[in-house]
Amino acid sequence: MREETLPTDFCPGCFNGILINALTKTFFELGIADLRNYVFVSGIGCSSWIPSPYIKADSLHTLHGRAIPVATGVKLARPDLEVIVIGGDGDLASIGLGHLIHAARRNMDLLVILVNNYVYGMTGGQMSPTTPIGLVTTTTPYGSFELPINICKLIASTNANYVARWTIAHFINLKNSIKDALSKYRRGFRFIEVVAPCVTYVARRLGKSAGNIIKELLKLGIKIKDLNDLDKYSREGKIGIGILKAEDKPGYVELYREYVKRGDSCERTT
Amino acid sequence: MTATSGPGFSLMQEGIGYAVMTETPLVIVNVMRVGPATGQATKPAQGDLMQSRWGRHGDQVIPVLAPESPQEAFELTVKAFAIAEELRVPVILLSDEIIAHMREVIELPNYESIKIPDRRKPMSIDETPFGSKDPRIAPPMPSLGEGYYVLVTGSTHNEWGYRDTRSFETHYKLLKRLWNKVWLNINRIFEYEAYHVDDADVGFVAFGSTARSVKMAVKILKEKGVKAGFVRLKTLWPLDLKPIRNLCGVCKVVIVPELSLGQLVLDVERANEGNAKVIRYGKIGGGELIYPRELVKIALEEVKS
Repeated sequence: MREETLPTDFCPGCFNGILINALTKTFFELGIADLRNYVFVSGIGCSSWIPSPYIKADSLHTLHGRAIPVATGVKLARPDLEVIVIGGDGDLASIGLGHLIHAARRNMDLLVILVNNYVYGMTGGQMSPTTPIGLVTTTTPYGSFELPINICKLIASTNANYVARWTIAHFINLKNSIKDALSKYRRGFRFIEVVAPCVTYVARRLGKSAGNIIKELLKLGIKIKDLNDLDKYSREGKIGIGILKAEDKPGYVELYREYVKRGDSCERTT
Repeated sequence: MTATSGPGFSLMQEGIGYAVMTETPLVIVNVMRVGPATGQATKPAQGDLMQSRWGRHGDQVIPVLAPESPQEAFELTVKAFAIAEELRVPVILLSDEIIAHMREVIELPNYESIKIPDRRKPMSIDETPFGSKDPRIAPPMPSLGEGYYVLVTGSTHNEWGYRDTRSFETHYKLLKRLWNKVWLNINRIFEYEAYHVDDADVGFVAFGSTARSVKMAVKILKEKGVKAGFVRLKTLWPLDLKPIRNLCGVCKVVIVPELSLGQLVLDVERANEGNAKVIRYGKIGGGELIYPRELVKIALEEVKS
């Protein structure tokens, strides 16, 4: 942590702080005190402020939705560095969704943490692609009627190595997932969705405190295998949690190196 | 380095603005085609001049270079890289379809003789990655993964990279430095070619492929006994108005041919102190270029009247 930047700019009670806690605990448990081999890349939004400037590591705070292309560039230029992308649903799952799917398709060697707060929090609580049906937002005053995207199921259907969803209330599972993605599954595309409803624009409109939301999330979070149909998770108000996928296929960097070798073995024409 | 044409260049504007703010060395080649929107693909135009200068939101200045031949495309690409690395700034190489599809013999220098300045890294952890005492010198650029813990952000930031989205002072200081970094180095960036500008009656100002027609037109006019000269801009931004101002001071008529409805002519009108009559000659679309005979005709009409 960059202690001189504290206290954070987040709203009182914001769940982003819990994610910072999960990240720092993960590094503590992994015995990593110096994060010089880690690069954090984020886009635009509240959750994009988690690494920049609070975490003491190289961090790139980029354009709206473009965290993954920048992270891909960093990873290909410096494959020795571990690149972590942190972004929100309004960033990675909307304007940046195309980049997200293609990075997952390539099994790009990145850890992507998507903080799903259900709305565009920084701009005033507008409806986002993950807003559950019925939720009152700034742009849907009578409740959202659009079907939300099941981002984990989407990413799990690609070539990604690791996909998991937790709520911010399942702290230990979340922390262990991040730890696994940085130790046990160190290659390929690793994706963790964290359900952390915006305290200001979701909880406050529902007349609930941050503490009440945490209690509710604990009840709403149901293991994925216990949910027959994932698509219904938001409609019924239940949240499917757990690990959707955990593989250890070679990632893009390894495939790329193999490909370069193929070129080296050919005779050059020039 | 990246290369594009028309619509792709429009899509890149946000990223170029980010490169300005984060002081990222970058070379962008834009081969101008007919626009706006999809326009006419693979047909030449010069309508992206103002977009190259001002296409992003917010205040900024970035160098724009324009080659007139394949040989110069090579030379200016080397220069673009040198400026980009030295000043930590995106540089645009503004070509057009005629130059890009042209085949000419070019002479390449020895690879070893091409000098691109090394990217300067901080000497110590105390050197600021986004601030320098001398406004003409770009701050050193730390690498990732070397323990600098560099903060890169497109938001307004102080000399250490810490975001500051509130204070007037931080933003003014940052933007003024980014502005001065390029404008105070105008002598390093600005280049032009002038021909018979001291005693000309008819003058031309042009860049890129149009300048080739101008050269031919000037040659024909000389043969016909008309005193003609031209200024060809190799650097379009930042722009030194002096050579154009001098030309306008000497000539009775200054003709500005361009493959647009008039963009470079605005600079010529700005530089003209009332002495010369500035004539805009724009042609757009259909793959039509400006022929020397058209320019000769306009020049002869103007000289007679």
